[in-house]
Amino acid sequence: MSALGLADGGGPVIPDFGQGSACLRHNHWFCKSWVAQHWSDILQPALVQHIYLTVIAVGVGFGLSFGLALIAFRFRFLGPPLGAATDFLYTLPSIALFILLVPVTGLTVTTIEIPLVAYTLFVLYPNILAGLRGVPPEVLESARGMGLTRAQIFWRVELPLAVPAILAGLRVATVATISIATVAAIVIYYGLGGPVFDAIGQPDIFRTELLAAGGLAILLALTADALLALLQRALTPWSRLR
Amino acid sequence: MPREAAELVFDEATKVYPGREGAAVDHLSLTVPAGEICVLVGPSGGGKTTALKLVNRLIPLTSGDIRIDGTSILQQDVVQLRRSIGYVIQQVGLFPHMTVEANIGTVPRLYRRPRAWIKARSAELLELVGLDPSYAKQFPAQLSGGERQRVGLARALAANPPLMLMDEPFGAIDPIVRARLQDEFLRLQQELRKTVVFVTHDIDEAIKVGDRIAILRKGGRLAQYDTPQQILAHPVDEFVADFVGRDRALKALTLTTVGELELSPATEDGLPRLPAETSLRDALAILVAERKDALLVVGSDGSPLGVVTREDLLR
Repeated sequence: MSALGLADGGGPVIPDFGQGSACLRHNHWFCKSWVAQHWSDILQPALVQHIYLTVIAVGVGFGLSFGLALIAFRFRFLGPPLGAATDFLYTLPSIALFILLVPVTGLTVTTIEIPLVAYTLFVLYPNILAGLRGVPPEVLESARGMGLTRAQIFWRVELPLAVPAILAGLRVATVATISIATVAAIVIYYGLGGPVFDAIGQPDIFRTELLAAGGLAILLALTADALLALLQRALTPWSRLR
Repeated sequence: MPREAAELVFDEATKVYPGREGAAVDHLSLTVPAGEICVLVGPSGGGKTTALKLVNRLIPLTSGDIRIDGTSILQQDVVQLRRSIGYVIQQVGLFPHMTVEANIGTVPRLYRRPRAWIKARSAELLELVGLDPSYAKQFPAQLSGGERQRVGLARALAANPPLMLMDEPFGAIDPIVRARLQDEFLRLQQELRKTVVFVTHDIDEAIKVGDRIAILRKGGRLAQYDTPQQILAHPVDEFVADFVGRDRALKALTLTTVGELELSPATEDGLPRLPAETSLRDALAILVAERKDALLVVGSDGSPLGVVTREDLLR
C-alpha cells in the first residue's frame, strides 16, 4: 500500500502500544484521548481537505452537468447520447480510474478530482435535464400565450421549476462524492481517506483512527445533506405544497 | 394601457397542418364586434381551439388574415401581440412557483410596472374575480380548481387587454362551480365589456355565455354565425340543428327571464312564487312539477310583480 504513496503526506501514525494509554494498548474502538491529541494534526486537516475535495468536485460537476443539460435541452436529439456518456463514466470502477490516471496527471489532487467530477455527472446531468423538461405543458403554453420571450420563459419559469430536481440531484451527488472521496487516498494522502487507509494499514487495524476518520466522513455527508435540504426548503417554499 | 375593447376580424383565416389531410381551420371569416363575447363551438376536430390560437399566433396562419382593430396580427411583433391579448386556458397554467400576486403580475412586470402598482392591481383584480385579497400570498397548489381558474382570469385581465381569448376556461370544473363561474364571468363582462373569444364544446355553455355563437363543423368550416336566439330558432342546416339538439326550443327558453315578460295582474291566491330572474325554462319546469297553470313573479324584495301563465311561457 505504501508503494502507492499512502504514507507520503502526513506520515503513518502508529499507535505506541508500549507506552500509550490502556485504551490504545488494547486497541479499543474509541479512545477519546487519541482523538483529542490528534484532532489538530490529523483529523481536522483531513476533514478540511475532504470538504475541499467535495466542493470542487460537486461545483465543477454541477457546472459541466448544467452545460450538458442545457445543450440537451436545446437540442433534444443530443439528450440520449449525452446521457449514455455520463452513464458510461459511472460504470468505471473508482479505484481503477484513480490509479489509471496517475501516469497522466501524477500524484496530485487533480488525479482525485477527475473521477469524482465524472461520477457527479451521472446524477446531476439527468436531474437537471429532467427538471428543465418536467415543466407542465400548460404552464409553458400560458407563458408563451402571455408574451414571455424564449429567454424569459427559461429564466422565470423553466429554471425555477427545475430547482427541486436540481437540488435533489445535488444532495445525492454530494453524499456520493463524500463517500467516494475517501477511496481517493489510494492515490495521495488527502482527505479523510488518509487516516482511514492508515488505520486499516496497521498490522492490527487501528480501530480508533478508523472510527474517527470514518465517522467524520459519515457526519460530513449527513451535515451536507441536511444543509442542502434546508436550502431546498428555503428556495422552493412552493414545492412542499403539492 | 391598451384600449378597452377591440374589434376582431377573421378574414379567410386558414390553417393547414403539413402532412395532414384537409384543413384544421378552413377559410374562416367572421367579425366579433368590440365588447362582445363570441363563442366558438362545435364537435371535436372542428378547429375551435386552433382558430383561437391563430389569433395570438401560438399557431401560425397558413393563409388569410386576422385583424384586431384593423391591424393585421401579422404586422405586429408576436411578443407584443400576445402581451396585449388576455389568454385563459382550461388547465389554467398558473406558475406553481409564484404566489397568486406574482402570477397576476406576470404581464404588468413585462411592461415594467412598479412593484406597488402590481400589488394594488392584484388586490383589485382578486376582488373583481371574487377572491379575498388574502389569497395574494398563496401558491397555486393551495387553491381549489375553481379558485385557480379565477386567478387565471385575473392574470389574463392584469394588463387590461382589449381582447381576451378563453379556451374552455371552465371545462375542467365541476358543474355547480362552473355555473357559478359562468354567472360571475357574465357579471364581470357587464362591467368590463372586453371583446372575448370563448371556446367550448358545450352548446349549453355557448348559449348561456355567447352574444354570438360560431358553430364550426369538422374540417374547421363555419356552419353558422349568429346570436343564440337566431341559432336556436333558425338553424341553417341539419348539422346545426343536430348540434344544438332536439330540445332547442327548450334551450331558447333559457335566454329569457320571467321578469322580461309582460305579466298579468295578480288575481289568484296560492300560486307558486318565483323570482323575476328565473329563466322561462325553469319557470316551465316548476309549472310542470307543481301541476299549475300560472306562477306568481316576485321582485327581489318579495313583492308580487304579476302572474305568468303557461300560455305566456310557451308563446
